[in-house]
Amino acid sequence: MVMNLVRPEALTEHNFHYCPGCTHGIIHRLVAETIDELGIIEDTIGVASVGCSVLAYNYFNVDMQQAAHGRAPAVATGIKRVLPDRVVFTYQGDGDLASIGCGEIVHAAARGENITVIFVNNACYGMTGGQMAPTTLRGQSTTTSPGGRDVMSQGYPIRVSEMLATLDGPAYIARTSVHDPKHVLKTKKAIHKAFTMQLQQRGFSMVEVLSTCPTNWRMQPVEALRWLKENMIAQYPLGEYKDMPGTRN
Amino acid sequence: MKVLMKGNEVIGEAAVRAGCRAFFGYPITPQTELPEYLAHRMPEVGGFFLQAESELAAINMVYGAAGAGARVMTSSSGPGISLKAEGISYLAGAQLPCVIVNIMRGGPGLGGIQPSQADYFQATRGGGHGDYRVIVLAPASVQEMADLTAEAFELADRYRNPVMLLGDGILGQMMEAVEFKPRPAQNTTNKHWATTGRRGRSKNIINSLYLDPELLEKHNQKLQQKYSQIAGTESRAETYRTEDAAIIVVAFGTAARIARTAVDNARARGIRAGLIRPITLWPFPEPVIRESLGECRAVLTVEMNAGQMLDDVRLAVNGTRPVHFYGRMGGMVPSAAEVLRAIEKTGGMDHGHESCQA
Ligand SMILES: Cc1ncc(C[n+]2csc(CCOP(=O)(O)OP(=O)(O)O)c2C)c(N)n1
Ligand code: SF4
Repeated sequence: MVMNLVRPEALTEHNFHYCPGCTHGIIHRLVAETIDELGIIEDTIGVASVGCSVLAYNYFNVDMQQAAHGRAPAVATGIKRVLPDRVVFTYQGDGDLASIGCGEIVHAAARGENITVIFVNNACYGMTGGQMAPTTLRGQSTTTSPGGRDVMSQGYPIRVSEMLATLDGPAYIARTSVHDPKHVLKTKKAIHKAFTMQLQQRGFSMVEVLSTCPTNWRMQPVEALRWLKENMIAQYPLGEYKDMPGTRN
Repeated sequence: MKVLMKGNEVIGEAAVRAGCRAFFGYPITPQTELPEYLAHRMPEVGGFFLQAESELAAINMVYGAAGAGARVMTSSSGPGISLKAEGISYLAGAQLPCVIVNIMRGGPGLGGIQPSQADYFQATRGGGHGDYRVIVLAPASVQEMADLTAEAFELADRYRNPVMLLGDGILGQMMEAVEFKPRPAQNTTNKHWATTGRRGRSKNIINSLYLDPELLEKHNQKLQQKYSQIAGTESRAETYRTEDAAIIVVAFGTAARIARTAVDNARARGIRAGLIRPITLWPFPEPVIRESLGECRAVLTVEMNAGQMLDDVRLAVNGTRPVHFYGRMGGMVPSAAEVLRAIEKTGGMDHGHESCQA
């Protein structure tokens, strides 16, 4: 495999603050490469959400807005409605998107809002110290499910991609992972496709990326990648859940 | 040319004429005619109306649109404004201009749908978290709803700050003659800070996060400087028969219309009453109140709530005169006769106008 180690133009020179082995950095890079390849650096407005990636507004070398917790799809809607010829994306964690922002993401998808959502699912609330998220696996220990998530009292993990794919608004929904180079490349393809869909005015696109949180999972980075592969994919199968051809009307 | 229109619709038309082309709303009585008006009016002028899934979403759409440089508006009533409080704090923190309309109804909770002024604290004390201020304009007629809507967009852009138009169910629903005054072409300030795509410039960031407390304090100092400047230049009130007044009534919006009738009736009975009607609720027109006190012996605040602006009136009067209160709550509207009785009581003994005539 050939690694491209040059910093994409769509990333600033800011050093990432992410923990060692955290895959947020890889996903940032994939988004930035896509922006470079599509030549949309001057047309893109990104929306950073509340979570470990909140400082994404410093990292992406495009115009950025920082949104309140969970509200990024609403903020992106506001931007896109005012500037329909620009490219608008959100970058959100699973606590942000699947818990507090459940309403905003569902309705942005239902409206077929022509934006792209990068949804980073690491099965916990990273920034606040590893609490249970709606995406936390059954039996997974977190600081707020210390005995392991008990579905009888704490409910079941939410499969966001499958749920949103039942709606008519989305044009493209895929779930990918970044646990090995092959899957990183697949994630890149999906992100590229999602942005392309937006450029083609096809409507809402989202890529859910399974990601690691070695710090809060209390694992070494390599162990975390293995845990993702062995546990998360079974709960969150990879694949394209929606791929609508043609322009919407 | 004057036309007969409903208050809520007038706000919509005035917004369009002020160059607003983006509206995000959610239905709630008694403001619904405003989003309904814009739902058909916006497309006519090349703008858009979007019914959001909630007030939470609506205010965050406003954030996105304002950050993208648009003149943007949203409207609601108390329960919805409570949901918007989070977004308003973010808008203030990120210094984004926008216009928020609250056509008040009775609270707390789901309360009722009749006109009220019970959201005065919420409007003037923030409602959301953090040290921030929102400019609050209080119209008292349909004409003023038109004028202040136009003004609200100017103030918002000038100060990069949210502006709230605070009306009530009576003003929103009532029909009066209105003239949309042609305004001198405003130089819609160059929004060089907006996130529109970094064409030919370095990137822009719309943000309210400052993790370093020193930087956050600096940011707050900057905001406070702006608020002092607004307080120093933008406070406004109307005075009516205050020159020789022994009793000054302070009331805003609908309550001020009623109080005005009561003041006239009091004068007819020989009581030297006057009225101060704050037009800006924040900044509160303290200077006008202090300057008008003159021969005044007592102040009476009249509101459609349990006594909220009363705090600001007391601060302005600063203990130099007794400040009394008369109010009705829950959507009940005080009558001019009730206010007149309150004026008479304030004069000293019950019906003792001698003391005010002295
Ligand atoms: C309204 C509100 N509630 C709670 C928080 C605290 N908070 C900050 S980040 C976060 C969780 C973020 O988790 P996630 O979206 O999964 O992103 P990650 O950090 O895992 O990347 C929470 C609850 C907040 N900032 N605002
Ligand atoms: S806490 Fe977890 S998600 Fe956050 S930067 Fe560290 S490893 Fe990444």
